[in-house]
This record gives sequence, C-alpha cells and structure tokens, in this order.
Amino acid sequence: MKNEQIGKATSRVDGRAKVTGEAKYAAEFNVPDLTYGFVVSSAIARGKIKSIDTSKALAVNGVLQVFTHENRPGYVWGDEKYQDKDSPPGSPFRPLYQSEIQFSMQPIALVVAETFELARYGASLVEVAYKQDAFDTNFEANIEKAYVPEKYKSTPPPDPRGKPEKAFADAALQIETEYTHPSEHHNPMEMHASVAVWEKDGKLTVYDKIQGVDNSQQYIANAFGMDKEEVRVISPFVGGAFGSGLRPQYQLFLAVLAARELKRSVKVMLTRQQMFSFGHRPKTTQRLAVGAAEDGKLEAIQHDAFAETSKFEDYSENVITWPGVLYKCDNMKLSHKLVGLDVYTPLDMRAPGGTTGIFALECTMDELAYKAGVDPVEFRLKNYSEKDQNQDKPFSSKELKECYRQGAEKFGWSKRNPEPRSMKEGHNLIGWGMAHGAWEATQKEASAKAVLSPDGKLTVSSATADIGTGTYTVMTQIAADTLGLPLQDVTFLLGDTSLPKSPLEGGSWTVSSVGSAVKAACDKVREKLFKLAQQVENSPLKDAKFEEVRFTDGKISLQQDASKAVTITAALKQNGGESIEEQVDSKPADKQDNYAPYTHAATFVEVKVDEDLGTVKVTRIVSAIAGGRVINPKTARSQILGGMVWGIGVALEEEAVMDNNLGRFMNHDLDKYHVPVNADVHDMEVIFVEEKDDIVNPLGAKGLGEIGIVSVAPAIVNAIFHATGKRVRELPVTLDKLL
Amino acid sequence: MAIYKLQINGRSYEVDVEPDTPLLWVLRDNLGLVGAKYGCGIAQCGACTVHVNGNAMRSCVYPVSAASNAKITTIEGLSEDGSHPVQLAWDEVDVAQCGYCQAGQIMTATALLNKNPKPSAEEIDNAMNGNICRCGTYHRIREAVALAATKQK
Ligand code: FES
Ligand code: FES
Repeated sequence: MKNEQIGKATSRVDGRAKVTGEAKYAAEFNVPDLTYGFVVSSAIARGKIKSIDTSKALAVNGVLQVFTHENRPGYVWGDEKYQDKDSPPGSPFRPLYQSEIQFSMQPIALVVAETFELARYGASLVEVAYKQDAFDTNFEANIEKAYVPEKYKSTPPPDPRGKPEKAFADAALQIETEYTHPSEHHNPMEMHASVAVWEKDGKLTVYDKIQGVDNSQQYIANAFGMDKEEVRVISPFVGGAFGSGLRPQYQLFLAVLAARELKRSVKVMLTRQQMFSFGHRPKTTQRLAVGAAEDGKLEAIQHDAFAETSKFEDYSENVITWPGVLYKCDNMKLSHKLVGLDVYTPLDMRAPGGTTGIFALECTMDELAYKAGVDPVEFRLKNYSEKDQNQDKPFSSKELKECYRQGAEKFGWSKRNPEPRSMKEGHNLIGWGMAHGAWEATQKEASAKAVLSPDGKLTVSSATADIGTGTYTVMTQIAADTLGLPLQDVTFLLGDTSLPKSPLEGGSWTVSSVGSAVKAACDKVREKLFKLAQQVENSPLKDAKFEEVRFTDGKISLQQDASKAVTITAALKQNGGESIEEQVDSKPADKQDNYAPYTHAATFVEVKVDEDLGTVKVTRIVSAIAGGRVINPKTARSQILGGMVWGIGVALEEEAVMDNNLGRFMNHDLDKYHVPVNADVHDMEVIFVEEKDDIVNPLGAKGLGEIGIVSVAPAIVNAIFHATGKRVRELPVTLDKLL
Repeated sequence: MAIYKLQINGRSYEVDVEPDTPLLWVLRDNLGLVGAKYGCGIAQCGACTVHVNGNAMRSCVYPVSAASNAKITTIEGLSEDGSHPVQLAWDEVDVAQCGYCQAGQIMTATALLNKNPKPSAEEIDNAMNGNICRCGTYHRIREAVALAATKQK
C-alpha cells in the first residue's frame, strides 16, 4: 500500500514551527494588559515566618500587590482539594497556606507588578524574619529510620517467593552490594510557567506547562472552588518536562490566585534556581544480596531500596520490581522503604524507579557474572525469564534475546577480552560493558475525536501533550493510516481542556493509550464512510463487505480489485454536506489482564578512561530495543537517542548536592548541576528489533520514552569497571572516584 | 528608565527600560519576540542566543544599553518563511524534540556558518558546545550543521 503511514520515518509535523520560533510555550502568551508575578522563596528549610514586611515592595510604583500567607484569600484548604492526578499519598503542599516552612525555597510570597523587572525588584525588597527549626535533610543519617509507608504510590513490593534467605545461604556464589543513586532534577530547558488570563466574565484561560491539561484544570477547580467550565487550560507546546510537568506546580496556583484577586491577567515564570525547589528524582540506596550456582544460575535475589521522600507525602516508585521482571529466580524478596526528609516531595523523573533500580540490579549482576566467570550476555541468557514473576504472568511479547544478538553483533562484543584493564590505547583504558532493561508498556483509558469535513480534511483531537516526544506527528500518522489519507490532510490537536479526555502524558503510555483512541475514532469514521460509499450511484462497492475494502490514497477500494473504488470525497457527498464526527472512549482490552506488557532493551557501551586524570569518555553506545511495532522510526530513534544521552548524565554527571548545613540543594543552576552537553555525546546507534505483539494494544506499539535510558547508566558503569578494574557503586562516576 | 532605539531583524524599535535590562527580556516581554528563550540567565545554556552584529551572543547577560546601534537578529528574523538553509537542514534532519533550545542552537550554528561555511566536525563541536539541549538532540545537531553547510549559497 502506497499510502501506509504507520511505520514510515516521518519528520515532525510541528518541526517547522520549532525551527522558526513560531511554536509558543506557556510563558510566551503575552496577552494584553498582562502583569507579572515573581516568587519569593524561603531562605530556610524548616521553621516559621515570624514576620513578613512587604511595605517596601508595595511602595514601588508599578508593584500591584504582594501575596503572602497573611493576606491570601481564605479558600477551602482540605488535603483532597490539593491532590492532583499524580499526587502520592499524604498531605500535598499548599502554597501560601500558612507561616510554616516545610522545605528550602518554599514559595512564601508572590510579588505582582506591571513589568517583570519591577516584580523581580519588588521581590528583592520583601523582608522576612524567620524562626528557624532543626531540620533533617541528611539522607545517610536517616536511612536506618526508613519506614514502610501505609500506602505505596508505586506497585507495592510483591510477597516473597520461595526461601530467599536459605537459598542465599546455601548458594555456591554469593554477592552483597550497596549502590547509591543521588537526587537529580529534571531541568527541562523551559521553566515552569503559567499565564492566567482573566476573562471579562470572571472565567480563566490558563496557559500552563503541564503534561496533561486535565490535571491542571481539575487542580484549579478544586483548589479555588471553581467549576471546571470556568477554567480552560491550554498547553500546545511543552519545552521538555521529563516528569516535572506531571503535577501542577506552585506557579500555577500563584498565577491563578493573583489573577482572581487582581482581576487581571498574570504570568508567573520560575527562575532556573526555583526549578530546584520542587520535585526531583529521589536519592536512593539499594542493598542487594544475590546467590547463584557455580555456573552463574541464580538461586536467590534480595533487593531492598531506601528512598528519599518528603515529610508530608509518601512518594515511591518501582525500584525493586525489576529482578522479578528481568531474571528468572525462584527465591526472591523485595522491599522498598522511605526516608522522610525536610525536602519537597520527589517526583517521577524519566523512567522513575527503572533508572534507579535497574542501575543497581545490572551492576550487581555484572559483579556476579565476573564472580562466576561467565560472559555478561551469556549470564543473562542463562537467567532469562519468560514471565513477569512478580505477577506470575507471561509477557505479551519479549524479543530481548534478539536485542542481545543484534546489539552484540553490531557492537563487536565477541571480540571482548573479559579481563579488566586488558584493553589500552595510549593513556586511555578501554572498557566494554553491557546491561539490559525493561519498562512497562501500559495502556490507559483515553478519548479522542475525529472530524472528517466534506472537503476530505480530517481533524483528530485529544487533550494529551507533546513534550517533545512526537505526539502530534505519531497521532497524525495513525489517523492518516487508518483512513488512507495523505499526512497533509490530517491535523491533530492536543493540549486543550476543551478536547476529549486523555491520561497524563507520561509513563510511556501515550502512543498506546491515545493512539488506540485515535485509531478507534478513525475506525468509526471508516465504517460510516464505507456505508456512504455504498450509497454512491452505481457504487462498485455496493455488494462488498466492510472486511473486503481498504482505505488508501484517499480512496476506498476492494482489496482484491483496486479498480473498484470510490473516493472519500465522493462518499462524503452522500452525507448532505455534513462532516462525519466520531468520538470514542477507549480502554484496554480484558485479555491484557492475563499478560505482562513490557518493552526491553540491551545496551552495549565502550568507554575510554584516562588513566592519569580519571576522565571518562563514552565513545560508543549501541542500544537494541524491543518495543513492538514502531509507528515512526524517525521520532522513535530520537526518543531512544535522548534516553541514551540521559543515561550518560545519570552515569557520569547529574547530582543535586544537598548542603546539610542549609538544607538546600546547593548546585541549583546549570553552571553547577551538570547535564550532558554536545561534547559528551559520541557514537550512538539504535536498533529496533522486530517484535510482534497482538495483545499489548490495538496498534501493537509500545511506548519508547523511557526504555532508552534504563540500561545505559549500568552499561557505562560496567564498562568503567572493565576498563579500570574499579567498581564504583555511587553515582555519578566522577573522576575523583576513579583516582 | 531610558529610551533605547534598537535595530532588530531589519526593523527599528524603541523601548523605555532600565539600562541594565538584559536584551532577552526586552525581546521577550517588551517586544513580544519570544523566539529567544530563557534557560538559565547566566550564560550557561545558549537558549537565549541571538546575533549582535553577526556574532552569536547570550542575550540573557547582554544589557540593552549595549545593544543600541547594533544590528540584532533573532530566530524570527533569520528568514521570512523558515527557508534559511540552517532551518531547512534542521527540519530535514528532524533535530527538534521539545524544540525549546533549538532557536539558540540554530542561531549559534548560523553564526558559525556565516564565518566558516565549511566547518570540520571538530569545529562544529567546538561551536555548538555551549548550547545545552535537555532532550539530547546533539547527535542530530551535528548532522544538521553539516547538512546546512552543503546548502549554503
Ligand atoms: S538563558 Fe542565556 S545562556 Fe542560558
Ligand atoms: S529539543 Fe528539547 S531542549 Fe533541545
């Protein structure tokens, strides 16, 4: 079929908007008569505001108001009013609610002025006196006080299987490790920002940086006691988020509060420093005890995680579920405990839990493979799991073996000398390492609408987001493919609460959830079109059955005889000049319940470590991905490459450093919080192995936003061991740890 | 406050702002030219890159008082319709993911190619090194700069 769009490497439909500066992000909707809010952040980590003097700020000409806990209007302040779709169990932070300080850089005032410069200047004039209390931000000091939460946000650890303690004690080979992953901040390039537009009738239109406009709308409606109809949230472009936009952040609350009080439009954009004042990937220490037979066959796995959370919410993520997914082993015990600190609640960050957990697991398994004297790939083949043992369900599909094979071949793995420090080039020690990984391939409920106008142009919509993932493009392809239309005749709309409901854009479920809804809506249009085509005078399809036709090149034709065809526009003429409009709510099929859907990856890495300086260069990465049917190889490759770059950051660079004297992340800017830059990125190759999956969702596609990152950091750390003979168990692997 | 006359994208503008206001905020808030982005405010990320007299500059640390009489070009002024060779190459390679850093990337690349129409791989890396992309589009940025070099007239 000439017109097939699914599977075609297609450039982003919004690519042009992104190279001309036309694409507008939340802070860029400069509506008339706009005012600007600047947030004042708390200087202490815990205590009380004794007094807050705003008089100097208010005396500045052009400063309109300073909102604090003292003058904010009295709203309903119950916890449930502030819980959003991604809230962990607990009591959510409520901006300007009280004089109590719960974390460093807590927003304590909003200065609103006619210009941004005035607001910022006004903020510098706000004088605050604090009563400082003792605080806990020291993770290490509190780790032994870790607790089991009443309720997990993540999947609760499964019950132990077999006899893990005994099997470990009896095992010929035993290994016990402790790995630590630091706190990390998302740092999308775009700041969190909201523009609350005050409409004449008291309604609000809000431009927000969010991974799901429905979440912001519901949050505003709840917190301010408004009807959802009174709040429209729009977010056409998101300048990266990686999880930071899953929850409405405090700038949204503050912008809406100020707009309602001042009856003016208000923009609040955070500074880069303030981007370190809310959610982050939690610092996590993991202890593993793994036992195996002489030949490397696993006998027992114990995996315990201790992860940071705030004192007011119990954030948890799937850190310790991975052994049950990735390794066959009959004796397993998994636990996840929380370390409550005086910090803001952690927040899902690209492959939450997977990035952390798979790192510790894969490095530990590398240690064990060395102990057993087994090649790391062979070790994984030996312990290959055909089912998700946590749930005791077979995988909906799993082509991980093919990932090992193709990845190893491309990389040249067979030429590896397993001996550490055996490969050298000048000053550089060369190391080759590998790891594998998995990520959930979930489908969620989602809705979509398709409108085919009489001129044959199709508009499809759903209130999802495109955070750089390619949603606009992929949905356009799915719709065009289903109805046999050229791409330019299809428009996909997203990021607007007036559109059909969609889940949050995260968890790698957008293609499978929203994509399935888009397909279902277009399928309904297809049925209608077919009936209309049969009504055309002398229709060659009059006696055809729906199953016998196909939709290609703007035509409906018989599969057996393409000359028997009716054009879509001809069929549409039968509709009395009306558009065809279909909206559907799609949900996962029941049969999915019997299977565990996952994407898989195998990553091979080469590093060069300068023996004298300890600097690490990741010279080569090959990742082979089993992600079901790939809708768009071009955007899919970009997603995986981006994940690989993140893996480099996780392994070598990223760390939010807590100053326990101040209770504050001290490297809160892009100067000192290091993310990968151009010079860190060298040869990278992505392979998509073929994987057929009829169960995972109607498209057979799995999400790719997170699988690209999870196996990269451990592969790098394992390669560093191979190069240097040094096993670094605390990320990031900076040069001081290698010297 | 003082009045500044600015030459931006071939047009004249007049703004009444404090002399130390960064050019970035004048562009974004006073003139509504939001193509240049704020990413760090401390000359560390390149998201705010514009051309001042043909040189790639970080507008977040460039005071407006230094910009009067200069010829300023932003992403909006690179071409009428996205047809600048660098924009075309960017679109063709499909560099952008979220797109937020890309105006800065493109302005840096354009300044490089204006001075050095056939840069080596190393020269490309050196020139592009100060522009952060959190989506990790670096691989394609290199490809696109090299492709743009072949498209330059
Ligand atoms: S905003 Fe100017 S360099 Fe980052
Ligand atoms: S494309 Fe998203 S930050 Fe560069």
